[in-house]
Amino acid sequence: MTTLTPILSKNWDRPDSFTIDGYQATGGYDALRKALTMEPDGIVDMVKEAGLRGRGGAGFPTGMKWGFLPKDNPNPRYLVVNADESEPGTCKDIPLMLANPHVLLEGVSIASYAIKSNQAFIYVRGEVLHVIRRLRQAVADAYEAGLLGKDILGSGFDLDVVVHAGAGAYICGEETALLDSLEGYRGQPRLKPPFPAVAGLYASPTVVNNVESIASVPGIVANGAEWFTAMGTEKSAGFGFFSLSGHVTNPGQYEAPLGITLRELLDMAGGIRAGHELKFWTPGGSSTPIFTAEHLDTPLDFESVGAAGSMLGTRALQIFDETTCVVRAVGRWIAFYAHESCGKCTPCREGNYWMVQVLDRLERGEGTEADIDKLLDICDNLLGRSFCALGDGATSPVMSSIKYFRQEYVDHFEKGGCPFDHSRSTLWADRPNTTEGGGNK
Amino acid sequence: MSENHDNGTAETERTTSVFTDEVVARLAQDAKEIIGRYPKPRSALLPLLHLVQAEEGYVSAAGMEFCADQLDITLAEVKAVATFYTMYRRGPGGDYQVGVCTNTLCAVMGGDEIFASLKEHLDLANGETTQDGKVTLEHVECNAACDFAPVVMVNWEFFDNQTPASAKQMVDDLRLGKDVAPTRGASSLCTWKQASRVLAGFDDGRAGEGVQATGPSLAGLKLARERGWRAPDPANLPSSDEQGEEGAK
Ligand SMILES: Cc1cc2nc3c(=O)[nH]c(=O)nc-3n(C[C@H](O)[C@H](O)[C@H](O)COP(=O)(O)O)c2cc1C
Ligand code: SF4
Ligand code: FES
Repeated sequence: MTTLTPILSKNWDRPDSFTIDGYQATGGYDALRKALTMEPDGIVDMVKEAGLRGRGGAGFPTGMKWGFLPKDNPNPRYLVVNADESEPGTCKDIPLMLANPHVLLEGVSIASYAIKSNQAFIYVRGEVLHVIRRLRQAVADAYEAGLLGKDILGSGFDLDVVVHAGAGAYICGEETALLDSLEGYRGQPRLKPPFPAVAGLYASPTVVNNVESIASVPGIVANGAEWFTAMGTEKSAGFGFFSLSGHVTNPGQYEAPLGITLRELLDMAGGIRAGHELKFWTPGGSSTPIFTAEHLDTPLDFESVGAAGSMLGTRALQIFDETTCVVRAVGRWIAFYAHESCGKCTPCREGNYWMVQVLDRLERGEGTEADIDKLLDICDNLLGRSFCALGDGATSPVMSSIKYFRQEYVDHFEKGGCPFDHSRSTLWADRPNTTEGGGNK
Repeated sequence: MSENHDNGTAETERTTSVFTDEVVARLAQDAKEIIGRYPKPRSALLPLLHLVQAEEGYVSAAGMEFCADQLDITLAEVKAVATFYTMYRRGPGGDYQVGVCTNTLCAVMGGDEIFASLKEHLDLANGETTQDGKVTLEHVECNAACDFAPVVMVNWEFFDNQTPASAKQMVDDLRLGKDVAPTRGASSLCTWKQASRVLAGFDDGRAGEGVQATGPSLAGLKLARERGWRAPDPANLPSSDEQGEEGAK
């Protein structure tokens, strides 16, 4: 049986977990002290050995990414932390930075030291005011304590960290769009190659990593690569947050080894809400093809989820029970992609716009069989033909929902409307004595 | 995002405002500090736009002109950026921006019902502001709080696990000038302009307020504590003893 492994969340039940004192009281910044006695390349090797793979969705090996920085480029190097967390369903980095911004900062110091960077940026989505307050306070306190700034802990290593608030744009989570945004432009993806490692921020060598990836580094440095590989699977090493949301008894953050299954997680979370059953779920956010109850035992690691036809993504497990209309769910996601498409390439800009029209029609019960094929057709034009992964991602919910629930699309136009009672899906639907959701007052 | 999508506040509402010399002098000080944080000045554009929004409550033509002057770029360049990002208001709005998450997960969990009931209760359409200038109502995309669904954001602070009744009560309290506290955030809400100033990178000293984590954020940790589950002990790794010793170093 797989059990939980609280690591990044281990001090979250201390009321002072977000303060520098609270963090140091539980061993915080010890890993930085150790790292500063090591050779920078030794840290890169350690992260490679640990097999840490990016926690921002794509799963690229972190140590290898660090190793790609060209040795002979005279320009300054930058570390940019991707704290844009906006993929629907993804809700791990924000609570992490709210509860323990210092573990991220410790990771930033260690990673910057390892890649020989003296300037790091944390690009955080703008719509999380208190998280931004906490991050900025943590940076100020770390400077004050000599853990950031000039000559950190007397090591001779200098590092400046800037917290940069975004301004509302999902696409800025895509790493090259993020860099354009950080340079003060519209956030639109760049052509790759060159990759950020070669020409990133201000055309300088740059590493872009997710919050959770960077926050996982102190643990690896403190406890060793083998400690990390003692968790997870051979190719998907270590631990990560599994974020359960939706129709589950106890939604929330569950930190566990990669390879845990939804069945195990649901057991821990008290199961699907009482009296209901699992209908469909996303393994890693809205851009990953949906799964059904037949995937309850699929190990949630990169390889197994891929083999089963989806992607591990950000481990954003959005859970929907039998009261949920899949056409409505997909329609809402596509409205999001249409809204967030940056407009740079035609397949995504036009394709998502048209999918919204078709899905609206289908949801209202005014569609036809041809509309379903139309959707698949549009997806065909999007998948692999869009400029960045936002366009590809939009096809995931559409294609997978038609694969598993085609009949439900048909039911809509056969019945001339949505066969579901949406009020049965709400948080308060099964609460006694509530007519309009007064139960939470 | 792209200009063909309305960001909630109507273009037609844009007023012609002018920054007085006093305002320009004061903001230029702030701008200098912001620009100083970056290796290249242009990186300061997003925070500068938050700064002018903090001054007027929205990004006006005067505000954009100010940004262009500070960075020595054209007004057209500033405009192209300002219209790309949804957080910049294009016209005046309320002191409190109430954003109901209607992305799929929250919508299904009741976000749609909350948004509909607020529209009716306040007699507002998406993006409109109450007559008293207190509340601007809009729907927002996933705000990374799905485990607390349905979620409402007010001035970008979290109001978790809302219901139509709790949301109506909240907007009523806001309009009556009562203190309203987010569920995870500062101990009371600040105004839209004050929030924008924090986003520009000027602290309001409130980082220590509010909970560190609550409810769903602690679900896994709580269970692990109850059951005695921990991460492996680096000094005693499961596979072999030698490995354990090495791991401990
Ligand atoms: C549309 C889109 C949105 C993305 N949003 C995020 C995000 O919010 N956070 C993140 O870490 N990665 C996001 N990514 C992935 C990044 O492009 C990049 O792969 C990641 O930041 C690399 O970090 P990692 O290797 O540590 O995972 C997004 C990608 C796309 C295509
Ligand atoms: S796929 Fe969409 S988001 Fe990506 S570049 Fe094309 S239009 Fe922009
Ligand atoms: S869907 Fe509403 S916060 Fe994620």
